[in-house]
Amino acid sequence: MLLIGAEDEEKWLAEGIAGVQHNAFYLHRALDSNNLRDALKYSAQMLSELRTSKLSPQKYYELYMRAFDELRILEMFFKDESKHGVSVVDLYELVQHAGNILPRLYLLCTVGSVYIKSKEAPAKELLQDLVEMCHGVQHPIRGLFLRSYLAQISRDKLLDIGSDYEGDADTVMDAVEFILENFTEMNKLWVRMQLEGPGRVREKREKERSALQELVGKNLHVLSQIEGVDLEIYKETVLPRVLEQVVNCKDDLSQYYLMDCIIQVFPDEYHLQTLEMLLAACPQVQPTVDIKTVLSRLMDRLSKYAASSADVLTEFLQVEAFTKLSNAIEKVIEVQVDMPAVGAITLYVSLLTFTLRVHPDRLDYVDQVLGACVKKLSSIPKLEDSRATKQVVALLSAPLEKYNDTVTALKISNYPRVMDHLDNGTNKVMAMVIIESIMKNNTCISTADKVEVLFELIKGLIKDLDSATDELDEEDFKDEQNSVAKLIHMLYNNEPEEMLKIICIVWKHTMAGGPKRLPFTVPSLVFSALRLVRQLQGQEGDIVGEEVPATPKKIFQLLSQMIEALSAVPSPELALRLYLQCAEAANGCDLEYVAYEFFTQVFVLYEEEIANSKAQVTAIHLIIGALQRMNVFSVENRDTLTHKTTGYSARLLKKPDQCRAVYACSHLFWVDGQDGIRDGERVLLCLKRALRIANAAQQMASIARDSSGPVTLFVEILNKYLYYFEKGNKQITAAAIQHLIELINTEMQGDSATSDAFLASTLRYIQFQKQRGGVMGAKFESIKL
Amino acid sequence: MNYLVGAFKPPCNIFISFADGRSRKQVPLKKENGKTVMVALFQSQESIVGEVVIEPVHRKKVEHNGVKIELLGQIELYFDRGNFYDFTSLVRELDIPGELYERKTYPFEFSTVEMPYESYNGVNVRLRYILKVTISRNYVGNIVEYQEFVVRNYTPPPSINNIIKMEVGIEDCLHIEFEYSKSKYHLKDVIIGKIYFLLVRIKLKNMDLEIRYRESTGSGPNTYVETETLAKFELMDGAPVRGESIPIRLFLSPYELTPTYQNINNKFSVKYYLNLVLVDEEDRRYFKQQEITMYRLLETS
Repeated sequence: MLLIGAEDEEKWLAEGIAGVQHNAFYLHRALDSNNLRDALKYSAQMLSELRTSKLSPQKYYELYMRAFDELRILEMFFKDESKHGVSVVDLYELVQHAGNILPRLYLLCTVGSVYIKSKEAPAKELLQDLVEMCHGVQHPIRGLFLRSYLAQISRDKLLDIGSDYEGDADTVMDAVEFILENFTEMNKLWVRMQLEGPGRVREKREKERSALQELVGKNLHVLSQIEGVDLEIYKETVLPRVLEQVVNCKDDLSQYYLMDCIIQVFPDEYHLQTLEMLLAACPQVQPTVDIKTVLSRLMDRLSKYAASSADVLTEFLQVEAFTKLSNAIEKVIEVQVDMPAVGAITLYVSLLTFTLRVHPDRLDYVDQVLGACVKKLSSIPKLEDSRATKQVVALLSAPLEKYNDTVTALKISNYPRVMDHLDNGTNKVMAMVIIESIMKNNTCISTADKVEVLFELIKGLIKDLDSATDELDEEDFKDEQNSVAKLIHMLYNNEPEEMLKIICIVWKHTMAGGPKRLPFTVPSLVFSALRLVRQLQGQEGDIVGEEVPATPKKIFQLLSQMIEALSAVPSPELALRLYLQCAEAANGCDLEYVAYEFFTQVFVLYEEEIANSKAQVTAIHLIIGALQRMNVFSVENRDTLTHKTTGYSARLLKKPDQCRAVYACSHLFWVDGQDGIRDGERVLLCLKRALRIANAAQQMASIARDSSGPVTLFVEILNKYLYYFEKGNKQITAAAIQHLIELINTEMQGDSATSDAFLASTLRYIQFQKQRGGVMGAKFESIKL
Repeated sequence: MNYLVGAFKPPCNIFISFADGRSRKQVPLKKENGKTVMVALFQSQESIVGEVVIEPVHRKKVEHNGVKIELLGQIELYFDRGNFYDFTSLVRELDIPGELYERKTYPFEFSTVEMPYESYNGVNVRLRYILKVTISRNYVGNIVEYQEFVVRNYTPPPSINNIIKMEVGIEDCLHIEFEYSKSKYHLKDVIIGKIYFLLVRIKLKNMDLEIRYRESTGSGPNTYVETETLAKFELMDGAPVRGESIPIRLFLSPYELTPTYQNINNKFSVKYYLNLVLVDEEDRRYFKQQEITMYRLLETS
């Protein structure tokens, strides 16, 4: 049997089909004239076409189907004794006169099926005879097809017999015995195909064999359809026999297919009750068999079954399904030494999935599975196989998905130990999965212990691991760190004490994160701490005098540590903002010196670290904003700070920036509110100074670009004037406003073409106020436009 | 013209018939010219009763030296053409010398005739039973008419009928054990058996069971042996593996077999053999031959 050209094969098939058709023609004629002799002759000749060895299974199947169709017609003829006048008993002998075995047996099966149906002889004996006679065909393909024909043609009879409850149970057994026997023989033939021919066509042969697997599996399918096959029979006869065959055939393709077939074909309930038996076969199969897939499917089916109704769950417990599965997997892994890590892990994943579905309440089971996995992982070097790591990720993700509440997963002691076996990249991925799960489910992690565990789990994200020189994708890194930052917000406890602990722990962990991570994590943590501060602030009355560990002071100390760490990164701008936040919080807590300290830090940062002019502008405005809201400071302290601020404002690099900062500073002297500062004098000073600067800017612009610059600055200042005017600052007079408007108009004449929308709407506002009447209208009366 | 032809024809017609001719079983018999005719069937110890009718043609007078009927059992060896060995020869005188003018009927009877041998039509030999009517005449040739009939003898089922079981093989190559349920079969019997493959190291292609027939004639240096394969029955298709057992079921009825004949009148023997033939992929044949005994069982139907 050498490699055959497809073309030749087509030709042979065509010849075979032609032969079948030719003889079928005469067969039909014989049937029409009720000529039994000719019918037998031509059917035998037709079937002789099936004796070919030249066709591949697929082609052979085509030929077989042609002949099969004809045989159905012949069967009808045999059935009708009035047509041929020979009793079925004689017919049964008559067809056996054929000299060639293959046509003889096809005919025998055909008559046999009629014979069984006629009930003139015990079905058992006939079936036994047929299945026995088929031994004569030892050629794998021909034998398989012959036996498949036998199975096919006897199928409906078997179903009748096997489901006939009126008879005793023996008839069921007869049918079962027959199928098992036929199955066994077919499997042997199937397996034997593998051994034929030279090794180099092995792959082709395997492909061919796969094409035939259904012929073998069909038997099991029929078995499952026989109603009479109850659990008892299945347990005592069917399964042991099938498994015996599976184990003994020592053929990987067959073992895999048949195991899978058993699992798919028979009811779940049977599997559950015979789990031990079924599983016992698993370690006995060839090492090359993909037993993990088989087991996975089994568990998959079982878990679906478990989910189908609550009643069956007790059965699972009764038969200790988990323990059995677990042991079986252990055994399989132990026996199949060469199984790659990915295989073992996949098995564990399946088991875990099963556990989670069937026994969601049994965390110890989950732990056990993970423990077993750790054992396996520790016996092999670090995972290199990407598929294996993927499986580990799946393994670890499963509990997270199942228990919407991630906290549950944190209780599993083996969880982190499994994670330890991942490489850095995967570890991070896993950590991300954990975080995502937490975020998705909005799980609040509320105890310090859990936080500790959690951070232990995601440490891949928190700090550089041993081999820190990984090429990092900037984008990914940002995503990761943002996730961590988000996560920090999920750590929350109402109890301040516990919360403080949580914060400390998080800080402990994040501190190790290094300059790249701190800018991401610290803000979250700071805000988390500030939230605690506010909470304490709310309860302040109650806790006075008590010995409480969680006081705002303490937190502020911690906070300044954190921010200090950040400024060392360096990330001064961020630190500055955070300081300001803290200062505000301190303000809320009435802790003047703390707030002052924070401001001091702010200024230090501003002076020492923030050199970029744009950053300076932003910083100044932030400072102004924050400072403006401060009410905790004493006059001197406040003076010091405002002084500093205005000083910095006036020293900004660009004139427009200076101008804007300065007029913003004016707000430092005018705070709305009950006991706000209303220092009109200094407000005016600021505004005037701003005007001066604006003028200077204007001049510089006209010199530099030979055009009068924007009047925007003036308009902005005008708005400030209006603001204070309305607020009732005595120092801001209508005259001053009038003056400013005129100034702007003069400036505008330079380029009348540009009509400034800002100015226009400002003027419109003045107009509106004038017309409004009342106190405000009177005030604005004197301003002329 | 017709008249002229008539001159060369025998002057009378002779008809031989059996008394129970209508009810007696008829069996086909192949004549020398290839045609098959139906003839009466007898067995040993039966009485052969009938009548001979002689009818002169055109009412011509037939002068004769007497009329007789003979019952002959003959063995004819083809290589020894013309030589008949009559192992049985019985004569009945039907008429004394005289003249025949008109149709005349002569009853005859051979009672309880010993016919130990069966009619047989072989390759080199023929055994037949004939009724021969002779009208002896002077000067001109005798007028002779033959009527052949067939004799079959039935045997009761043998009291001892052992199975044939044997292990054969080629060392380290092929070991099989075969088993035929009986060693003696009647003509419509079924051969049931099994072949176990104990060791298979060669690639077999198929296995056939052949029924071989061996006719030996003559004796001493003049022995002629003729072997023929009567049936070639495929038992197995493909290559078996160790431990397989292949069933045998061969119905003998479709084949034209005779009983085994052992040294019939020292002239010939007919023996049957079962030949198990295994063919490997290179078309090499391995075979083992076993003699079986065939016997004729009285058909009840």
